[in-house]
Amino acid sequence: MITKRIVLHFPHRMVDQPIIYKLVKDFDLRFNILKAYVTPQEEGLMVLELSGEDSNFNKSMEYLKSCGVKTQPLSEDIIRNEIKCTDCGVCVPICPVGALEVDPITRKVNFYDNKCIACELCVKVCPTKAMEVHF
Amino acid sequence: MRTIREINEKIKKGQVVVVTAEEIIELVEKKGVKKAAQEVDVVTTGTFGPMCSSGAYFNIGHSRPRIKLGGGSCKLNDVPVYCGFAAVDVYLGVSAIPDDDPRNKVFPGEFKYGGGHVIQELIAGKDIRLEAAAYGTDCYPRKKLETYINIKDLNEAVLFNIRNAYQNYNVAVNLSDKIIYTYMGVLKPKLGNANYCSAGQLSPLLKDPYYKTIGVGTRIFLGGGIGYVAWHGTQHNPGVKRRPNGVPSAPAGTLAVIGDLKQMKPEWLVGTSMLGYGVTLTVGIGVPIPILNEEIAQYAAAKDKDIYTQVVDYGNDYPNMVARSLGEVNYAQLKSGKIVLEGKEIPTGNLSSYSKARQIAEELKSWIKKGDFVLSEPYAPLPQAESGYAFRPLKERPLAL
Repeated sequence: MITKRIVLHFPHRMVDQPIIYKLVKDFDLRFNILKAYVTPQEEGLMVLELSGEDSNFNKSMEYLKSCGVKTQPLSEDIIRNEIKCTDCGVCVPICPVGALEVDPITRKVNFYDNKCIACELCVKVCPTKAMEVHF
Repeated sequence: MRTIREINEKIKKGQVVVVTAEEIIELVEKKGVKKAAQEVDVVTTGTFGPMCSSGAYFNIGHSRPRIKLGGGSCKLNDVPVYCGFAAVDVYLGVSAIPDDDPRNKVFPGEFKYGGGHVIQELIAGKDIRLEAAAYGTDCYPRKKLETYINIKDLNEAVLFNIRNAYQNYNVAVNLSDKIIYTYMGVLKPKLGNANYCSAGQLSPLLKDPYYKTIGVGTRIFLGGGIGYVAWHGTQHNPGVKRRPNGVPSAPAGTLAVIGDLKQMKPEWLVGTSMLGYGVTLTVGIGVPIPILNEEIAQYAAAKDKDIYTQVVDYGNDYPNMVARSLGEVNYAQLKSGKIVLEGKEIPTGNLSSYSKARQIAEELKSWIKKGDFVLSEPYAPLPQAESGYAFRPLKERPLAL
């Protein structure tokens, strides 16, 4: 059983197809919609939390790919604006997974986006609004 | 050993020896204080943290026909400014927010924009929207003014901060069982995190703990430009307890500073939002310390592990003015990323950027070495440790009905 947060980009030709229904019906996945912009004749965007068996999850990703839906893990979408960040470090104890750490030598804040689970706590806490959510 | 005048002559000749407040530590450790004091003329310090008692005044120039903002109202990008002066002088405080900001109505409020952000945008050269209303007089008939303003057109744009560069500061924790949103950041319940706010061994007043060189008139790095110490800051409290090395182990001295905003840079004056609390300005300050003798060199060489501060509960004690320390920690412990309190390991976070403080100390060092910055003689001392000058609470006297 795994739980992952992913971002789906639908080409506009697919906006009228029941993709999420298929994820449930054919792959036995549970979904939670975190964010969605789906409008006719435009590219659709959806952020989903999916839970299910590993093998089913992987098959569902292949299915999405075969339909032309682009997917990416959500963690890639918290981006640090390097110009705005002052390297203060107030985000460090807030991050629940240690994705933000102070470098002991440079005293700059390192952001490990591979550890990031996109909980967005740092986004709210950052005093200079340097942590940005990109979809 | 040497005077400020002698140091300035060396600056002009390009012979001055300047090190940062970090480098003096190493030097004293390696060579001893006597040798270090002989070699070094100036130590540069730096700090870069949110400083809420900051602001700027502007003279916007007279419109045709004239308007008297004094007694009227005026907003810059919707942020209200203080108008209780003459016709076209206004003061913008960094914590001011637009009247229609939702504040904490939906808790915790985001406080996305305020006075600090206006100052940063202004020095970045952006046009700022000014809207003003006045009552009109015979000599100032106009009642309404709506215009863009730009810093380059203002007669004066002066940063004037009434309390900056706190000499030491509390470590904030939360003993309560709910999350709290403070000016020290978000504090998780039951000692979930410990936030501090100081550059420690780089911080100006921690490196001259008895204000032996820093006084009224000291020329400083302010927001990327040149400024001056105007006065002691509000809440200056030099009489707090000190360690044997002279360093206060609680918030103590403060500085009021002033400087031409037109020279300053948006990377050193940064609009800042504290979730659930409000807006402010993160200010970059660097103060040069002339090494006049060995004693001053010894003070300037204080290191993080010798600088202590108090851990304070912001869940109950701070809001209710309960004076209690939960313990004493030093900046080496704070910077290690965790402190231990009541047997619990607590992760730490700094509101003050140490890497930027270091950059300020380096920048000021390079200005002095290049001869772009000479030291000034202070004209008057700050209230001293033994002066009896103290920061007192409000004595409330209920109004008669």
